[in-house]
Amino acid sequence: MLHDKDRIFTNIYGLKDTSLKGAKKLGDWSKTKSILAKGREKIIDEIKESGLRGRGGAGFGTGMKWSFMPKEVTERPHYLVINADEGEPGTCKDREIMRNEPHKLIEGALVASLAMGAHAAYCYVRGEFFRETEALQRAVDEAYDAGLIGDNACKSGYKFDFYIHRGMGAYICGEETALIESLEGKKGQPRLKPPFPANVGLYGCPTTVNNVESVAVTPTILRRGAEWFAGLGKPHNTGTKLFNISGHVNQPCTVEEEMGVPLKELIEKHAGGVRGGWDNLQAVIPGGASVPMLPKHICDTVRMDFDSLVEVKSGLGTAAVMVMDNSTDLVRAICRLSRFYKHESCGQCTPCREGTGWMWRMMERLAVGDARIEEIDLLEEVTRQVEGHTICALGDAAAWPIQGLLRHYRPQLEQRIADRQEAADTEAA
Amino acid sequence: MTGSHQDINQPETFEFDAGNLELADSFIAKYPEGWQASAVMPILDLAQRQSGGWLPKAAMDTVAGMLDMPPIRVYEVATFYTMYNLKPVGKHHVQVCTNLPCWLQGSDAVTGACRKFLGIDFGMTTEDGMFTLSEVECLGACVNAPMMQIGDDYYEDLDSGSTEEILEALKAGETPKPGSQTGRHTCEPAGGLTVLQETGKGAGK
Repeated sequence: MLHDKDRIFTNIYGLKDTSLKGAKKLGDWSKTKSILAKGREKIIDEIKESGLRGRGGAGFGTGMKWSFMPKEVTERPHYLVINADEGEPGTCKDREIMRNEPHKLIEGALVASLAMGAHAAYCYVRGEFFRETEALQRAVDEAYDAGLIGDNACKSGYKFDFYIHRGMGAYICGEETALIESLEGKKGQPRLKPPFPANVGLYGCPTTVNNVESVAVTPTILRRGAEWFAGLGKPHNTGTKLFNISGHVNQPCTVEEEMGVPLKELIEKHAGGVRGGWDNLQAVIPGGASVPMLPKHICDTVRMDFDSLVEVKSGLGTAAVMVMDNSTDLVRAICRLSRFYKHESCGQCTPCREGTGWMWRMMERLAVGDARIEEIDLLEEVTRQVEGHTICALGDAAAWPIQGLLRHYRPQLEQRIADRQEAADTEAA
Repeated sequence: MTGSHQDINQPETFEFDAGNLELADSFIAKYPEGWQASAVMPILDLAQRQSGGWLPKAAMDTVAGMLDMPPIRVYEVATFYTMYNLKPVGKHHVQVCTNLPCWLQGSDAVTGACRKFLGIDFGMTTEDGMFTLSEVECLGACVNAPMMQIGDDYYEDLDSGSTEEILEALKAGETPKPGSQTGRHTCEPAGGLTVLQETGKGAGK
């Protein structure tokens, strides 16, 4: 279990002063000038050495991502774009960073921007987070007033501006190229890659899009050292992570834990255990709506990190743990997620636009057993036709939860169809 | 997007008031020269706020003119994002999340309380124009589920009783306290802290 001395987010619950004064007391903005003095290459090397993988879901190496930006800044300026369009069902960690630890994000944005030769960062916050945006803006104003950012950020001679951009309700804008489109004032429809944003991103300029949590942890890593961060967690899955534990637990909560923490320990130590006890657990979706669910026997031993969860054919995603006890109608649960993806498909790619609707309607019928057994295979086939055949990962995200259900709970679906058939036969007789 | 703009009474014109014009200029200033279209979303939001919670077509046209955008590009934006209401909404826009984490924690009870108290279903507005009820997707407050958004505020850790109390207070012209309705500060476990029990110590230091 992670010790308090190794926690990065020491005010994640907002129980202490969240203003600049309070943030400084907790260590934010300390020695920032000397971090900046390390220069681009050293900062990127240290982030690479720390093993930090992106906290937004995909888990790509943050230092590696930063290194893709052109070494020289030409007439096209470089941009850092921060993805605060938090909308993956189950996920509510960036919200807490923005309202309770905003200075970690702003300081991280400065450091990351310098490491990539960017003089401006745009933070794209989902529109519904109105109060969180206010909190973040207050912190930005404080940072400008104190000279921490602006024309001479932290007296380093580096010019850095931080702008907040509010979204207006579209899950797809969490996809990095859709986010860039949206930031340019268009519909949030993902772009084809290549070109990648590091070459052609915002306004056609080199751009890196990072999740809020990834950016917010970097100053602490650079202050405490890459070795310290890499010493936590497991190889290739280093450091600490914010986990959101929701659903059928006694005390839902957000908590920072070590990567690789056993799922059972996470739920029992921090969330008060599963409602009705561990044996009342039916399944867990371990990383936000887009990753396949895990039945109890896997939950008994699985550890919460990227590689461990891939091994059991799921994923860490955003580390949003949704717990479902034995009372849960799992088919209904996945059906609800299918409806979500149908609602959020941007409509650009046919397999996703049409497929999410097909999958949802089939799930609605399966939820009441109104289907033929062969249609279970047909549904599986449809998920395979959508998966991997779209510009962005929303199609995959819509397919995976259903695949997880079919992989682990096919007998439940067959039983439901049989029960309905039997009821119909009885009625007819 | 909520509703179609074709079947409602559209005002002929729309002008920003002086305060909002100034705000709009401050939004445009955030973006590089020539990229003023980046400000279309926040400025449409301003127009919606000035129009009492919905976005008339005249406002979209005004914004298109301001930003030198073809009107169709502005309509595309206004119809793509769910937070733009293309028809009038009640004074209080009650938006209940029914996505998985909220559903697991009892969003059906919240929805039921809203329907019962307001006497309307999703997508409808009360006759007195006080409330519009909407079903929304995940609002990102999942460890405080079930929850709803009313105006700019989140109301969290709800049950049918607290939902009704909130609606009652709004009806009486009061401002109910946003956030957790069960006394949690933010996202900490309800039963007491499991971490950071000693204040001020941590890696940030």
